[in-house]
Amino acid sequence: MLEFILDRANYWAIIGLMMIGLYISFASGNLIKRLVGVSIFQTSICLFYVTLGKVTGGTAPILFGPDIEGGHGGGHGAEETHAAVDAVLTAATSGERYADLANTYSNPLPHVLMLTAIVVGVATLSVGLALIVRIREAYGTIEGDEVRAIDMETAIAQEAEQEKAEREARA
Amino acid sequence: MMDILLNAAPRWALLHAPVLLVMVPLFLAPVLALVPNGRIAWMVSIFATAASLFFALILLGQVQASPVGVVSYDIGNWPMPIGIVFRVDALNAMILLLVSAIGVLATVFSWPTVAAEINKQKHALFYSAFLVCFAGLCGVAITGDAFNLFVFLEISSISTYVLVALGAGRDRRALPAAFNYLIMGTIGASFYIIGVGFLYAATGTLNIADIASQLPSLAGNRSVEAGFAFIVIGLGLKAAMWPLHSWLPNAYSYSPSFVTMFLSATATKVALYALIRFLFTVFRPEFAFEQASFTFILMPLGLAAMISCSFQAVFQTDVRRTLAYSSVAQVGYMILGVSIGSIAGLSAGLFHLLNHAMIKGALFMAVAGVVLTYQGTTIRDFAGLGRSAPWTMTGFAIAALSLIGVPLTAGFQSKLQLGYALFEQGMWWAVVLVVFSSFLAVIYMGRILEAIFFQAPINPRKSRKEAPIFLLVPLWVLALANIYFGINTEFPLGLARDAAAAAFGLEAFR
Repeated sequence: MLEFILDRANYWAIIGLMMIGLYISFASGNLIKRLVGVSIFQTSICLFYVTLGKVTGGTAPILFGPDIEGGHGGGHGAEETHAAVDAVLTAATSGERYADLANTYSNPLPHVLMLTAIVVGVATLSVGLALIVRIREAYGTIEGDEVRAIDMETAIAQEAEQEKAEREARA
Repeated sequence: MMDILLNAAPRWALLHAPVLLVMVPLFLAPVLALVPNGRIAWMVSIFATAASLFFALILLGQVQASPVGVVSYDIGNWPMPIGIVFRVDALNAMILLLVSAIGVLATVFSWPTVAAEINKQKHALFYSAFLVCFAGLCGVAITGDAFNLFVFLEISSISTYVLVALGAGRDRRALPAAFNYLIMGTIGASFYIIGVGFLYAATGTLNIADIASQLPSLAGNRSVEAGFAFIVIGLGLKAAMWPLHSWLPNAYSYSPSFVTMFLSATATKVALYALIRFLFTVFRPEFAFEQASFTFILMPLGLAAMISCSFQAVFQTDVRRTLAYSSVAQVGYMILGVSIGSIAGLSAGLFHLLNHAMIKGALFMAVAGVVLTYQGTTIRDFAGLGRSAPWTMTGFAIAALSLIGVPLTAGFQSKLQLGYALFEQGMWWAVVLVVFSSFLAVIYMGRILEAIFFQAPINPRKSRKEAPIFLLVPLWVLALANIYFGINTEFPLGLARDAAAAAFGLEAFR
């Protein structure tokens, strides 16, 4: 049991972070804190993907050593590298999941995906912060509850005004 | 008609239609940000959306002509499981046609309302954000790669938050609404991407068709089931599935009229498309856990949305809020159709999706006309408008009748199909609930129609003032489409049936 838990230590950390982020984004009244929560949530997803990409005993996914055939040329044999990449591509497209390689490499794809997800996250964060600036200008507060209370007051005031106008129009 | 188009189109357009459909609006968007004049930006937007509509029609023709019913396009000529592929079958072709057709109508109608509601310096930027949103929605509908779908979903969502927030010029409540939408939307997209991560862990691929081909051998795999749950919740949030709809009413009632109209007709529909794609193409209804989630989760949620949100719509005083709650209720109809799990049910859901886009598009266009001339959107503001703005309000009334489901309108036909599909499964009690929900629609739309046509105008400021012609033409195109497709259902129903068959992975053409 303990082994089961320890084996998946990284997943437990990720789940913990995820729950913390999700909780903050819902429970906090402060708008900036809510954005912080969302950011934590997104970061935990990045960690999740990076964990998925790790292969036991794998190194950074850059072909080296015997995988570059005839690498005596000092490693700048661009054509040989292309040949190795082609071999990986053919292996993948012909339905085999693994290419014939001498070294073990981690999976680079999840990292690439997360670069995109980080960019998306930054864009969302900046739009969110810009919105908070505008909310502060319009309402003078960045507390969700206070914004809601102000909205309620205006709605009630508008309603009363409209009814008054209506009564005057009838009279 | 399709043949003429396919023969007349140049070769490059036929060859690269899938990618041009997305790229024309996406690349024109940053150009628009530099244009100083809003009117030029408007015309460029019309051009971009019309180009997308042209490519969408080509794609539909190609899909119908293709022997396998699929058109695929390898981005950068990278072969399928490695590169990103745009894959179009009858289901995407239908959604692409819907989004681009609504996009063209919405852009044509937009100028008067944008000129009135948006700050003059921001006109060009506004259209720029709109084109990004439009390109993102098309991208979601066209891509065949699960991660690429996330990227396009976020492209469209982020620009949507900006568009909703621009309603602050008229009502500052647009700002908190946009912020709330941002938090909810981001969480939804994040849930989706977690689900994709689980699927990637189980299958080692991100290509939707490739995942689908590997899942049957992974029956009972826990990470596949967890991925399913995350994806359904994430996309359900984006599609405003009850009870994940709390962002929708505020976002729709405070955003600029044009944005409300465009979003209500496309954004939730595209998210629903993505959900259908995952429910039927990637995961199959044969999987035990999916059947269970249909019966115990999606169907109760769809029914609850129909009833509870229709009730909420009855008690609103603001017309846009009424329509927003009604939108959630209508999403409930679509979810109900999907959750039947049969081809008939899915095609009824998709048929209703098409019709609802036309209905809500027309309704929100008419409301935009009222906002333009009289500022207010409460039911009291609508009193007596039937006499002062007969053309606008007749268009509104036609769409309202279609929403209720009066015979000879499109809304009636899709409810009829839904009823057939339910009876086929022996679920007459669900039909009763559908009819009951339609009665609630009679009440909430009836209140508005009564104010429009039978009450005297209260507000003395209101003079005889019709909406401008740019607004009336698209409004009437949609209103007449509601009647035409209510009588002659061959075209939309055929599209929906083909799409449902394609979602099930079957080959089906008339």
